[in-house]
Parts: sequence; structure tokens; C-alpha cells
Amino acid sequence: MMTEFTLWDIIRNLITGLEWTVGLSLTAFLLGGAVGLLVLTARIGRFPWLQKAMKGYIELFQGTPLLMQLFLVFFGISLMGIDVPAWLAAAIGLTLFTSAYLAEIWRGCVEAIPKGQWEASSSLAMSWVEQMRYVVLPQALRIAIAPTVGFSVQVVKGTSVASIIGFAELTKTGGMLANATFKPFLVFGLVAVGYFILCYPLSHFAMRLERKYRGSSSH
Amino acid sequence: MAYHFDFIAVWEYREQLATGALHTLGLIAVGATLGVSLGTLGAVSRAWKIKPFDKIFTVYVEAIRNTPFLVQLFFIFFGLPALGVKLDEWTAAIIAMVVNLGAYSTEIIRAGIQAIPRGQIEAASSLAMTRAQIFRHIVLRPALQKVWPALTSQVVIVMLGSSVCSQISATELTYAANFIQSRNFRAFETYITVALMYLVLAFCVRWLLNKFGSHFVNGRKTT
Repeated sequence: MMTEFTLWDIIRNLITGLEWTVGLSLTAFLLGGAVGLLVLTARIGRFPWLQKAMKGYIELFQGTPLLMQLFLVFFGISLMGIDVPAWLAAAIGLTLFTSAYLAEIWRGCVEAIPKGQWEASSSLAMSWVEQMRYVVLPQALRIAIAPTVGFSVQVVKGTSVASIIGFAELTKTGGMLANATFKPFLVFGLVAVGYFILCYPLSHFAMRLERKYRGSSSH
Repeated sequence: MAYHFDFIAVWEYREQLATGALHTLGLIAVGATLGVSLGTLGAVSRAWKIKPFDKIFTVYVEAIRNTPFLVQLFFIFFGLPALGVKLDEWTAAIIAMVVNLGAYSTEIIRAGIQAIPRGQIEAASSLAMTRAQIFRHIVLRPALQKVWPALTSQVVIVMLGSSVCSQISATELTYAANFIQSRNFRAFETYITVALMYLVLAFCVRWLLNKFGSHFVNGRKTT
């Protein structure tokens, strides 16, 4: 069967792929943020064994390729006799990946809060939870915004790896279209433009936030 | 329900794994050397506003940093042949890694160069140092010293990212893993072994660069 693809057909299909990329990115970023918060709490909490475990968790995800993590989730869940669709494996894998990186970024922000703040609040008989809630987090959150937005760019780009386990997002759609149209230069060029449209505003926003907070901070 | 793990099935393919790991190391060795060199050129052009290269590098950095490595790789390997540039998988993989790392290291090294106080350069030129001497001893070396940890992290990230080069059938470590699991049907065991191998490789590369950094970049350390 020979189907002629017009430029509009290519773009229309790529936009569908782009929507899946956005969906996967949002899922991974939001769930990854939630899991990352739990990892962070355990990482800086008061139980040494939990701290160690979370340090290992973070190092594991930062020291192995994202592709391996996706393969392991994909084949690991299958081992338990459950058939996982590619989108679910991709969402779980990217969520774990994101959580490890965000937890580490946020840990840096919490640790940037001067020790005196902890000591002052504990001398006011605040509990650990109260210290976190009223003293440390409000300040840490401020410096965490810019690097967090910056990392969202890595998440969007990371979703392209999900194409390898068969999830039909932007890169996978591009690969299929390139095969069908024999126009790889055009198609992959357009795919790159698609990612650029998603990522550039985020990078730019992150940079502006960084300037703003660096400029106005008192230390 | 109980799954019986079988790592012997992976051990039988140890030669493929070792070759794959060596190829991954070779890729990152070449990629990091050329990539950081390209990044140094970019950093100097941007920090000192050398026309027209500063503009070119700005566009290049933004284009690379806002698109995924996998798409860059596909564009080079599948897209460029349409323009008559035919590349084998290794050349394409290395070009992609150099181009990718070049963009990130441009930004990293630029930050280092811009952190050099102007007075240092003025002092050096008042000591009658030549431009080449000033660049080498007063600008580049201290700049690299400052950003060496960030550069090391980026090299490790690019090495881990090189696992997607398996998709253009460059026979590196992930390619070996895909090959092995298609033979022994032990996907989980194979991938977990290879993931741990990457962890060790990342550790080794980091250690090596730290050593290299304190030896050659920091040189006669004054502290």
C-alpha cells in the first residue's frame, strides 16, 4: 500500500505525538515531585537507616542510564506476571527517575538554610515538623523554584527515551514517519523543533527566575 | 508465581559485556576530549564576545540544550545521509556526543571564564605576559579549575546518555545487553547486571576525572 504523506499529514501526526510527550512529561513531573518529596523527607529525616537507603536510591538513579531504568521497570513488572503497557512502564520509570533528581536538588536547597535557623527554631521548642513547616521549607522553597523549573527540561527531554520501549510519543512518531515517508531529515528536524518549542520557554523561565532570586536575596 | 533468577545465563556472555563496556568507555573518552575542546572554543567566543562566533555558539547552545540527545542522534544518523553525508554508526555516535557535550561545556566553562577577575588579566599583562600566556595560565587553567566538578558531572551524564546509541546499532554496552537478552530470554537479569556495570563505569569515570583534574588542571596547587 502506498500512501502519500503531505507536509500537513506529517505535522498533524507529530502534533499527536507531541501531545503524548506533554502528557508523559506532566505525569512524570507531578508524580515525580510527590515521590521526590517523600524521598527528600526520608533523606534529611532523623532515621539514619532511612537516610542511607535514600542516598542509595538517589545514587542508583543518578548513576545508571534512564534507558536501563525503563527496561528494568518494563521487564521487572512483567516478571511478576503482570503485563505492563509501554505507557505505564514509561510513566513509572520516569517518575522514579524524576523523584531521585528532584530529591537531590531539594536537599541542596534545604541544606543551604543556615544552621543557626535550625538552632534558633529548636531553642523555641519547635518540633522537627514545625521547624520544617514554619522555618526551613518557606525559605528553601524560594531557592528551589529555579532549579526545579530547570530540571523540568530534563524530564521533557527524558521522555524521548520512552520511544525505545515502544511508547508512541514524539520521537517514536517521528521514527515511524521517517520510515514511511523516506524524509528523515525533514521529519527529525521537525521533531527537534517540537521539543525546542516545549523546552525553550522552560529553560528561559528557569534562567529568569534564577536571576530574579539571586538578585533579591539578602545573602 | 515464584520466579527463579538465573544470573549464570548472563555470565555466559561476559565477553560481550566486557567488549560493550570497553566500547562505551572508548566513546566517552573520544567524546569527552573533543566535546570539552569544542566547549572551550565556544566558552571563549561567548565570554569575550568574539564576532561572529559568539552569536553562532549562542544559537548552537540553545538548540542542543533544548532538544533530546536521542533526537540529535537520529537527526545525524538518519537525517544527514539525505543531504549526501553518509556516516557509519560510530562516527554518528561520536559526532552526536561531541555536539551535545560541546553545548553543555560551553556554558559550564563560560561561567568559569567570567568568574576570573579582570584585575588578574590586567596584572598579567602588566607583567608583560603574552596573550597566549595570559590565556593559558591566567584564564583557562583557573577557569577549568573552578568548573571541573560540574564538567565531570556532565561527562558522566553524557556517558550514561550514550546508552541510546544502541538504537543506531553502535555495539556499546546497552547494545550488548539487548543482544544478550534476545538470546538467553533473561531480560531482567541482563539489564540489572548492565545497570550495575554502568554504575561502576560512572564511578570509575568520576574517579579518573577527579585524579586527572587534581593532576593536570590544578597542577601546582597552592591552596
